[in-house]
Amino acid sequence: MGIVQNITEGFSPSRRAVLAGGGAGGLILAFSFAGKGAAADGLAKLNAYVQIAPDGIVTIVSKNPEIGQGIKTSLPMLIAEELDVDWANVRTVQAGNDPVAYGRQFAGGSMATPLHWDQLRQVGAAGRAMLISAAAADWGVEVASLTTEPGVVVHAASRRRATYGALTAKAAAQTAPELSSLKLKDASAYRIIGQPIPQVDTAAIVTGQPLFGIDMRLPGMLYAAYAKAPVFAAKVASVDLSAAQGVKGVRKAFVVEGGTELDGLLPGVAVVADSWWAANKGRQALNIQWTDHPTSSQSTEGYAGQARSLKAAKGGKTLRSDGDVEAALAASAKTVEADYFYPFLSHATLEPQNCTAHFHDGKMEIWAPTQLPEPGRQLVAKTLGLAPENVIVHMTRCGGGFGRRLMNDYMVEAAWIAREAGAPVKLVWTREDDMRHDFYRPAGFHHFRGGVDASGNITAWADHFVTFGEGEATARSAGMAPTEFPAQFLDNYKLDVSMMPLGVPTGPLRAPGSNAIAFVVQSFIDELAHAGGVDPVEMRLRLLSKTAAAGGQGGLNAERMAGVVRLAAEKAGWGKTTLGPRQGQGIAFHYSHLGYFAEVAQVAVTEDGTVKVEKVWIAADVGRQIINPLGALNQIEGSVIDGISEMYGQITIKDGQVEQANFDTFPLLRIPDAPVIETHFIKSDNPPTGLGEPALPPVVPAVTNAIFAATGKRVRSLPLNASELAAG
Amino acid sequence: MAYQLNVNGKAMTADVDPDTPLLWVLRDTLGLVGTKFGCGIAQCGACTVHADGAPIRACMTPIEAIGDAKITTIEGASALEVGARVQKAWSELDVAQCGYCQPGQIMSATALLTQNPSPTDDDIDAAMAGNICRCATYVRIRAAIKRAAGQEA
Repeated sequence: MGIVQNITEGFSPSRRAVLAGGGAGGLILAFSFAGKGAAADGLAKLNAYVQIAPDGIVTIVSKNPEIGQGIKTSLPMLIAEELDVDWANVRTVQAGNDPVAYGRQFAGGSMATPLHWDQLRQVGAAGRAMLISAAAADWGVEVASLTTEPGVVVHAASRRRATYGALTAKAAAQTAPELSSLKLKDASAYRIIGQPIPQVDTAAIVTGQPLFGIDMRLPGMLYAAYAKAPVFAAKVASVDLSAAQGVKGVRKAFVVEGGTELDGLLPGVAVVADSWWAANKGRQALNIQWTDHPTSSQSTEGYAGQARSLKAAKGGKTLRSDGDVEAALAASAKTVEADYFYPFLSHATLEPQNCTAHFHDGKMEIWAPTQLPEPGRQLVAKTLGLAPENVIVHMTRCGGGFGRRLMNDYMVEAAWIAREAGAPVKLVWTREDDMRHDFYRPAGFHHFRGGVDASGNITAWADHFVTFGEGEATARSAGMAPTEFPAQFLDNYKLDVSMMPLGVPTGPLRAPGSNAIAFVVQSFIDELAHAGGVDPVEMRLRLLSKTAAAGGQGGLNAERMAGVVRLAAEKAGWGKTTLGPRQGQGIAFHYSHLGYFAEVAQVAVTEDGTVKVEKVWIAADVGRQIINPLGALNQIEGSVIDGISEMYGQITIKDGQVEQANFDTFPLLRIPDAPVIETHFIKSDNPPTGLGEPALPPVVPAVTNAIFAATGKRVRSLPLNASELAAG
Repeated sequence: MAYQLNVNGKAMTADVDPDTPLLWVLRDTLGLVGTKFGCGIAQCGACTVHADGAPIRACMTPIEAIGDAKITTIEGASALEVGARVQKAWSELDVAQCGYCQPGQIMSATALLTQNPSPTDDDIDAAMAGNICRCATYVRIRAAIKRAAGQEA
């Protein structure tokens, strides 16, 4: 069971009892966020983050899933800082899914930093206060006369010192303080926050130790492959189960009835075998016929046709209308009209979806790479007819998330198959399964009309957004907020939305909404800037000089954004750099996930239309403190390259099915195409916010605007098409 | 049938079908799960291992094709002088984000530096283009290879 412990080593529900009972002399710091006080027992009902062993080794729980955003390192850093311990003495462990103990556990929305910045520093400070109280009682001195050095409580007056390890048992008996009563460190005293600290799993990663969901092994474990219909939610019409059962190593093959909910258990055929290779060979032998399905007539071409009709009909629901767009357009010195399109995209996490499940003693125990464990537990309970308390979810490290693992379809599949198989089962999807059964970034169509006056100021902005949905319900992640920039920054602004039905599942992809909206909005601003004869940076600063009404795009602060626009332009040498033929710079900004990002891209476009992004300058304002600069830069650089990568690929639909299946048809950017990246932070006096997503959206329009500067050709449709960008 | 293998300097036996890819023999039969499954068609490089020092994609290499070749996986990389140096550079620069592709990246980088101790940027591009990093840690991968080669400024 060594591997099991390596992968899910945390204070999971099943292990907590061991820790609570066996941790003699160890402090398990436990209290509710309401500040109700500590208890040595009944831990299951309290929050538990910190354990200090007599030898001074501090074990800190990381509550959220690790998907490569570095949270398993950065959240414990917050606790360790205020607890006042040496990072070298800290061990971090992954929590199990336990919302009672840890509250909401998820990886999404770049929310972990803003949600936990105060909270987890308070957790650390509470632990420090309990250790100080224990020492004060021991020595008969006032609490106020004590201070700490890393791992040690100090009474300066008497020169007495006690290590945390020596105080741990007595500290455990102290009442946890009211969190609001705790005084947190001044930033100038930080020893851990702000330091470049490598990820806690780095050593295991570089030596290939088991960490990921796909690395799970259980005694007696079998392997499963699961075939689903290429048309989403189509059912099994016929199948040759005996063909699969004839493959050496195959133990069982069976039909799973499934349902019609696209994010639930879909119909299919499971093959369970002694090895995954055998299971997949069995699956290939099945010769499945699928039932007809109403969405099998859908196609990318069909969506485009419907979008054209919806645009021509000029209908749609008006989500926002400020001023009088039509009158302002009529009075404009110049007007621009443009159609924009962006395609469906796949998440393509490099670790394909997988999950290990074991049904035993009436309980379903699951090991899953998931960004959202609790809804997965609920889905499994509901689908299998189990009480939620009989479903246990352990979180493994995820080989990428990007929003894909917010959905738990693979978890419910593994659970169903494991119960049917009567053995522990590891379900592993093929890359083809993964790419053809994703929850895609929705495609979208925007018809823009805009105007500028004689001075080049934008007079009017109208966006007819054609997206997917039925009735009042927009398809998941396919909506657009009526507060999206430049709403509230223009007197005459209109946003209309039309929808068409979709049989393809959609979902959030890193910086959902923003990853597409930034492209169209920041491109059209560029078009208006050129129409008005205004420099693109100047045009943006003019827009941002108008103070938005309160609540504009989730509280976008125009001053902070103008600050990063100026800095990015300055660092890139905007307007001062001598560029060659077919070389150009473009700028864009976007506010998302509470982060302010402006980016300048420099591109060179070859005669045959190949785009090379040479360099990207980034200016970012994510508040006053970068928690871990090493991780922060990595997230930004990765986001920027991810955004560029998204400009080259697309998912298309034909006969209701996804046409792409692997990296040969859905390319991801490779090392030769990675640009040089230069990042600059503005440390504004605001609370720190997350970095998993907000660097991505601006790079797409920064690149397309640079392509315009280099070639005079406006990219209004993605993916990039070299033939349209070729010289001549 | 039973295949006699030399993996990371140890003699191992795997009783599998001849068409079973080395990747699944390593992962499922031998329990060496450091080598990763990414695409199954030699497009992503997550399964990169060495056969007699040369990088190969284990996902498309059937076990029957291995013969007497000495296989080195990420679990055995530390025993290689260059491999240990590459792992150290990877750790110091904290290259990984999710980390899933990194065993393959490290095996490709180790093969590169063994063949070519002072690679140019173009050499790095050529040797590493077969390894996808979905988190796009390419800036650091390039820097780590240079550090391992003793080239950093």
